[in-house]
Amino acid sequence: MTPTIVLPVMIGGLYAAGVYLLLDRSLTRVLLGFVLLGNATNLLVLSAGGPSGLAPILGYGDPEGFNDPLPQALILTAIVITFGVSAFVLAIIHRSWRLARNEAVGTDEEDRRVAARRATDADELDPDDLDPQDRAAGHADSLAADPEDLADDVDVPAGSGTR
Amino acid sequence: MIEVLAPLPVLLPLLGAAGALLVSGHPTYQRTLSTVVLAVVLAVSVTLLFLADGEGASAVSVGGWPVPLGIVLVVDRLSALMLVVASTVALGVLVFAVGQGAADGSEETPLSIFHPTFLVLVAGVGNAFLAGDLFNLYVGFEILLMASYVLLTLGGTAARIRGGVTYVIVSLTSSLVFLAGIGLVYAATGTVNMAQLAVRLGELPEGTQVLLQSMLLIAFGIKAAVFPLSAWLPDSYPTAPAPVTAVFAGLLTKVGVYAIIRTQTLLFPGGALDDVLMWAALATMLVGILGAVAQSDLRRMLSFTLVSHIGYMVFGIALGTAAGLAGAVFYVAHHIAIQTTLFLVAGLVERQGGTTSVNRLGGLARRSPLLAVLFFVPAMNLAGIPPLSGFIGKLGLLQAGVADGSPAALTLVAGGVVTSLLTLLAVARVWTRAFWRSPNQSPADDTAAAAAADAGPQRAGGADGADDDGAAPSGDRPRTALQDAWRRHTAVATASEPDLPPAAGAVRALRPLPRTMVGATAALVALTVALTGLAGPLYGLADRASVDLVERTPYVASVLDEGDG
Repeated sequence: MTPTIVLPVMIGGLYAAGVYLLLDRSLTRVLLGFVLLGNATNLLVLSAGGPSGLAPILGYGDPEGFNDPLPQALILTAIVITFGVSAFVLAIIHRSWRLARNEAVGTDEEDRRVAARRATDADELDPDDLDPQDRAAGHADSLAADPEDLADDVDVPAGSGTR
Repeated sequence: MIEVLAPLPVLLPLLGAAGALLVSGHPTYQRTLSTVVLAVVLAVSVTLLFLADGEGASAVSVGGWPVPLGIVLVVDRLSALMLVVASTVALGVLVFAVGQGAADGSEETPLSIFHPTFLVLVAGVGNAFLAGDLFNLYVGFEILLMASYVLLTLGGTAARIRGGVTYVIVSLTSSLVFLAGIGLVYAATGTVNMAQLAVRLGELPEGTQVLLQSMLLIAFGIKAAVFPLSAWLPDSYPTAPAPVTAVFAGLLTKVGVYAIIRTQTLLFPGGALDDVLMWAALATMLVGILGAVAQSDLRRMLSFTLVSHIGYMVFGIALGTAAGLAGAVFYVAHHIAIQTTLFLVAGLVERQGGTTSVNRLGGLARRSPLLAVLFFVPAMNLAGIPPLSGFIGKLGLLQAGVADGSPAALTLVAGGVVTSLLTLLAVARVWTRAFWRSPNQSPADDTAAAAAADAGPQRAGGADGADDDGAAPSGDRPRTALQDAWRRHTAVATASEPDLPPAAGAVRALRPLPRTMVGATAALVALTVALTGLAGPLYGLADRASVDLVERTPYVASVLDEGDG
């Protein structure tokens, strides 16, 4: 069995290009990257089947003259799966475009909000500076009404204002 | 007997899915069909568990091909136990979804799609549990992932598409890593049958073994959300409809954990990467639970606890002893039930309070004492308060860790205790804020509209969604429809219902909870409590399963004997 240089080089090149595209924010590029990675993986599995160039099963004959058919069967399954998933990702891209005229991966705002919280003591924070979502729950400021009006009819337990 | 029964957990849901598609015009038939199918699957799984526990592992070659060539399904104690727990929670979640669909019309769950997809998901989970070769495991994963993509983006609202993209891309990558791993395993050994691999992998050079092991671990680690590979989970789970999130949280990550258990014990028993797994388990626990403490949204908080508690299972696996594995197996069973239940409760909370943000909720304990009980019991169970099953599982793992005695194991024991306490803190915060404080303190009711207007562009669905159209024009800057759509597209993950018609949240908050949904949740809560009562037999079963896992011979012998016969 003579080792071939073509397959490893192609597999490596496809993996490199695929990973590069996968890291993009644009979903179409991500999809293209995924397709490249899928092909790279299929070639990898194919190269597990022995020397290239032989038919998997051809009539009756010496098993030495055949390639291992199992990797090719596996690849066939993998290709079908990749195809289905690519179609689904395309549908997502289309939906994303219809909804927002944009197909880039958005920023996770909730993460940003949690990350933007200061590491200061909660007592030193002025609730007015905070996003209303982040204000302490029972705080009068979060009610968006005059605290004086509320003082009469809301029974605020001690300590809840500073939480 | 087993020959007949073993393929059924895969076949029945697939046939049921086809049937559900055929009757998609008749929601009543569809509901009945899928409920009956899942009930039968549950009965089959219980029978399989009894048979497997009595007779030990047994293999069934599907399609008549002899074992090394054909597809083989293996029923042993571990896979049968997983099947029972999985089909139980799947049935519970389905009943919940039926109740929700009946209460909402087709607004939340497009019925004609939901039922077939859900059944396909169950089939994929069953296939992954029963798979006797790596490639069939891959196919099982793909079946359940494909179904989960559809379920997660159900309805195609902006928030779900946003969360779905993350999930789909990450899952695709992990599948590719898995497939490449299979290719390498095949190149090295010439088989993908797990029983044969168990024999042949040991003959490989050590470096090759570690390479193959780490590729499979990375692939399963992404699916199981083990720490460095867990960031996708809290981002994508909370956006889906409540029943979908519940079944994802219960089953999908645990399929990854199951695959890790199977490959670690059967294929790579040497424990070459146990140290790596130890530290990954510690980081998973601590990073996950610190994330949970920081969250103000109930569903995101639960997603982070989900990640965190995966750490316990990985800890048990990393110990590699029978005691550690028994703890991990018991913990998987417990955690599937508990996490599903909690996400269903979160769905009920959202219906009752109109939001899942604990800053907005309040007074739920007074308004709906039943809901409070339904949250309190599983929450305490999750935190590991004695005598509930969470405590028993954690105790078993910690004892196994102490028995191991290495510095890493002892560090993990300490980490496990800290995680348990922080879990208690996280759920106690939700309890005091959402349930315990008096409703007057919370802006959830009358003042919600004012608060929403105040919140402006940052507002997050639910009750404040009631003010959707009112608040936008009066905002600080005029918005075009396009900008508005973009804002919604990137809206926070907590906005689970951003496209509800205005006022729906407010109306919903006043409606009583549908009886079917409460009934399904209560049944699952009862199940988690029953796990405490049944902990003795269940732990015994987990013990026997883990002894099988450590010995490896029952599994290998069952498959290879099937080949001889």
